[in-house]
Amino acid sequence: MKSFNKRHIIMTIAIIAIYLLGKILIDVGLIDSYLQLNIMVIGINIILAVSLNLITGFTGQFTLGHAAFMAIGAYTSAVITAKLNLPFIVGIIAAGLMAAIAGVLIGIPTLRLKGDYLAIATLGFGEIIRILALNTDYIGGAIGFNDIPQYTNWTWIYSMVVLTIVLITNFINSYHGRACISIRENEIAAEAMGINTTFYKVLAFAIGAFFAGIAGALYANYFYFIKPDSFGFMKSIDILVIVVFGGMGSIPGSIVGAIALTVISTFLQSIGNLRMVIYAVILFLIMLYRPSGLMGKTEIKFLKKKEAKKYVSAKS
Amino acid sequence: MSVLKVSNLSKAFGGIKAVTDVSLNVEKGEIIGLIGPNGAGKTTFFNLLTGIYQPTSGEIEYDLNIKVSSKDFKPYKMTHYGVARTFQNIRLFQNMTVVENVLIGFHNGLKYSVASSLFRLPQYYKSERNTYEKAIKLLDKFDLLDKKDSYARNLSYGDQRRLEIARALAAEPKLLLLDEPAAGMNPKETAELTELIKWIREQFDLTIILIEHDMSLVMNICERLFVFDYGHLIASGLPEEIRNNPRVIKAYLGEEAN
Repeated sequence: MKSFNKRHIIMTIAIIAIYLLGKILIDVGLIDSYLQLNIMVIGINIILAVSLNLITGFTGQFTLGHAAFMAIGAYTSAVITAKLNLPFIVGIIAAGLMAAIAGVLIGIPTLRLKGDYLAIATLGFGEIIRILALNTDYIGGAIGFNDIPQYTNWTWIYSMVVLTIVLITNFINSYHGRACISIRENEIAAEAMGINTTFYKVLAFAIGAFFAGIAGALYANYFYFIKPDSFGFMKSIDILVIVVFGGMGSIPGSIVGAIALTVISTFLQSIGNLRMVIYAVILFLIMLYRPSGLMGKTEIKFLKKKEAKKYVSAKS
Repeated sequence: MSVLKVSNLSKAFGGIKAVTDVSLNVEKGEIIGLIGPNGAGKTTFFNLLTGIYQPTSGEIEYDLNIKVSSKDFKPYKMTHYGVARTFQNIRLFQNMTVVENVLIGFHNGLKYSVASSLFRLPQYYKSERNTYEKAIKLLDKFDLLDKKDSYARNLSYGDQRRLEIARALAAEPKLLLLDEPAAGMNPKETAELTELIKWIREQFDLTIILIEHDMSLVMNICERLFVFDYGHLIASGLPEEIRNNPRVIKAYLGEEAN
């Protein structure tokens, strides 16, 4: 368990290489604006899926209100960049913080609930946020929020995606993260082992909400225009589908899931009316043949030793 | 020195009195057996001891790490007070590896902040490395080292029982509560478990309270027994005394026909 080993260096080089490759391809013009749009959507979906995975996949709290945190982030960043004319970084940080605060406020009362009840409570929370946005004239109400400066570019989206994945992976592989996973596995035993389950549920909620808020900021500052209906119940379901599709409790799964589903729905756009039917059939088939998601429970483990891997592969 | 003092403890669920007016003392270093027919209130008593239930009346006092009474009990604070437990129906973290299960046991011993974990500050590496080494040592003592990276759900039943005890010991308790540790074990496994319990008491300087139906185990290792029936503490004393106590015989076998 060295603090900085070979794998870290290879990972860092790979991360920088992919960034430079993307940057060059965009600057040269090989990636046109349509492809860029899809890359942005993929990036935002990765952040949303990884952050929801922390709450639902790792901590085991089934929530249907993730889009509400995205909405809070989107509107916060929109107000800060468009109305107050502050730099984008302020918008991003404020978006994350506002969403995290909302996560704590909603988490404390609702996380006493379990399973289906929690899902319904968070669903209600999502609707409250949407309706609040719908009825607040300052942020455009039902007409939507217009003329948000377009700051989101390859650099922003890429760095935020990397930041989200690295931080959440680090969290999962710490004793705080293990505490969250143990709550998913057996809440009573977790408590008996000295884990303050309420604290860790709210913490997971707050961290998940923070990154969803950042995703919202990136979304608002890419599309110029946001409206409350973009962050409704269906958006929450979309994110949940990515997480389940990729594999609950697997960060690589969420990444692959976000890319695969965004690509599939983009390709299906040319088909027209049958689009949603085929999309549903694809989902259905994959869940039928890979019930634990594309990547199962694969985790990014920097700490796992080689011998450990050998043992697991010998077992399975 | 008495480490646990229970005075006039009662617990009622609506009209049902699960535990009625129980008073007892446990001395440091003892192995105590808690026996009684099914539904006698033994597990409810354990749940009271670990803060899962709050007493309806009466009080529980510990004098382990610090002096504390049942008013301040919360399930997640008990390891901090020096009390750890296992469960009647094994409650391992099934989809976590053996070593991760034990690492959870060390939860209270770890202190680095959320920021240290997010940004991998030096504190993180130091604590994680130390704890990992401690976990490996503990698993070695329990003969589970070669299985450290398999999932808990893939262990054999006996190994799961042992892992649950190892996980409880990782919390570094002074008092260990074992809820039917020999349930579902064959005679050979029970004999091994008997040795194991004796050994951990010496090794970890523990006081142990165990609920058990297997009389070979109870009579073999317990220094004192408490017998529960219908929520009442009907007898207490040395195993020999309990064996011949008419009230205990009546509770288990019913009355002789005259």
